[in-house]
Amino acid sequence: MSIIDRSARAIRDDVASGRIAAADVCDAFIERAQATNPQLHAFNLIDVTRARAQAADIDRRRAAGESPGPLAGVPIALKDNLCVRGQRTTAASKILETYEPPYTATAVERLEAAGAVILGKTNCDEFAMGSSTENSAFGPTRNPWALDRTPGGSSGGSAVAVAARCAPIALGSDTGGSIRQPAAFCGVVGLKPTYGRVSRYGLLAFASSLDQIGPLSRTVADAALVLNAIAGADAHDSTASSQAVPDFTAALTGDIKGLRVGIPRAFVSDGVDPAVRAAFDQALETLRALGATIVDIDLPHAKYAIPVYYLVCTAELSSNLARYDGVRYGYRASAPRDQSLKEMYSRTRDEGFGAEVKRRIVLGTYVLSAGYYDAFYLKALQVRTLMRRDYDRAFESVDVIAMPCAPTPAFKLGEKVDDPLQMYLDDIFTVSANLVGLPGISVPCGASGDLPIGFQLIGRMFEEATILRAAEAFERATDWHTRAPSV
Amino acid sequence: MSAELTVADVERVAALAHIELTPEEKQLFARQLADILHYAEQIQALDTTGVPATAHVNAAQHERDDVAAPSLPVEEALAAAPDGAPDAGLFRVPRVIG
Repeated sequence: MSIIDRSARAIRDDVASGRIAAADVCDAFIERAQATNPQLHAFNLIDVTRARAQAADIDRRRAAGESPGPLAGVPIALKDNLCVRGQRTTAASKILETYEPPYTATAVERLEAAGAVILGKTNCDEFAMGSSTENSAFGPTRNPWALDRTPGGSSGGSAVAVAARCAPIALGSDTGGSIRQPAAFCGVVGLKPTYGRVSRYGLLAFASSLDQIGPLSRTVADAALVLNAIAGADAHDSTASSQAVPDFTAALTGDIKGLRVGIPRAFVSDGVDPAVRAAFDQALETLRALGATIVDIDLPHAKYAIPVYYLVCTAELSSNLARYDGVRYGYRASAPRDQSLKEMYSRTRDEGFGAEVKRRIVLGTYVLSAGYYDAFYLKALQVRTLMRRDYDRAFESVDVIAMPCAPTPAFKLGEKVDDPLQMYLDDIFTVSANLVGLPGISVPCGASGDLPIGFQLIGRMFEEATILRAAEAFERATDWHTRAPSV
Repeated sequence: MSAELTVADVERVAALAHIELTPEEKQLFARQLADILHYAEQIQALDTTGVPATAHVNAAQHERDDVAAPSLPVEEALAAAPDGAPDAGLFRVPRVIG
């Protein structure tokens, strides 16, 4: 098996034992990333110098008899909204086109401490706002299974990097499905941990009560391996939980006998593509054959998830993105000498942000403004409570909840870009987990023609181990995760 | 609550957010945001009397001890500024008072 087809775990084992040099692993993935990037545009930055230096350091440490770490020599691509000291980090926005952060995100520091090699930055929707990676200031990313289709989003570059064997692992961020949906569209595994499981320090903020960092990988075991490295409390993020972090790889026993899997039948009955429905039903049959019990459940407020999500996230982002003002970092509009500070702010933000970001800032400012706050923002937060209660009730009788990850397979480039509401509706199955904070994982479970289909397992707060165990058992029984696109 | 959204509304809100939109953007956003708000109005039919708001799902936030620690050196904090004045230790901005 060629290096680029290997799992992170296999690479780690081979590097740690000296069967292969981290430098050779690094070069193999860099070569693949460089060869495919003109076609796919998975990467905004392939940081060859930095990656090679890190790989050489791993080889040196191993040669000196030091333990090179649980991710020794594993190349990892980072979504372009994760800060790395001195490495260009743009959020796919013109406003941060040349930004080099003075600090590194906690999740990235932990990967590096575990021996990982950072390959560079993957393309995404601007500030992670989008479901197709078309809202990037640097052009769209293409789906490696069909070049005329989107890879999903917003972590589309991360999903493509993993699917196209440019990296065994990528980190993404998931505010309303931005890890899970592109994973489903590209045929890879995507894990959104529980809110608070992973520190958000160094993640360029979008919606602070929803954002969560997580891995995309080709196997469930690799997702568990990465979560082990990045999870846990952090003095830099008061919302990072001090809950104990178990060894998630130890949960992968393959045994799901007696696991109760809840299906919100009414919620998933409408508007789902026939191929997605067939793949989802087949996935449930597989879980049943493995010994799980399928239980019908009701999530009566799930159908309100899209309005609640887009009111909450725009309110939060309108506040978070106020920091981009052309003063402390990033782009500043060039303007006449006699312009005022306020004119500079307004021009900088009009020129620096793309259409979707501006649309959302205006919407969020509107729903927070006098006269609309109660009717929209506060109301949405109350319905969010009703949604939490639905899930609490459901989890009294089931251990995990299964649903499709997206209503359709990957859609075409340009298909929804002029109709934001249609684009938002595509997030129907993913946004709930963010609103209520629950962990979710997307796993490949089928195909429509060549286009991958994924389904999603949602677990109780801080019970990533349960969804990882179920997902890995499913993976053992199927071979969807072994398919590779022919790019 | 009506989801009528006029170009004047978009102008007012964009001014609050310090974004200078083009006339085309104002027209487009008025139409698109009206669509989105109209869709969002469905939640207003729900009875939420007495239901508390969930602004944040993680109740157990913790604060660290109030201990002084090194922070970003001034020259690093200024390094990414579009118009920094590192010798003075300042960010330079256009005039504030006319």
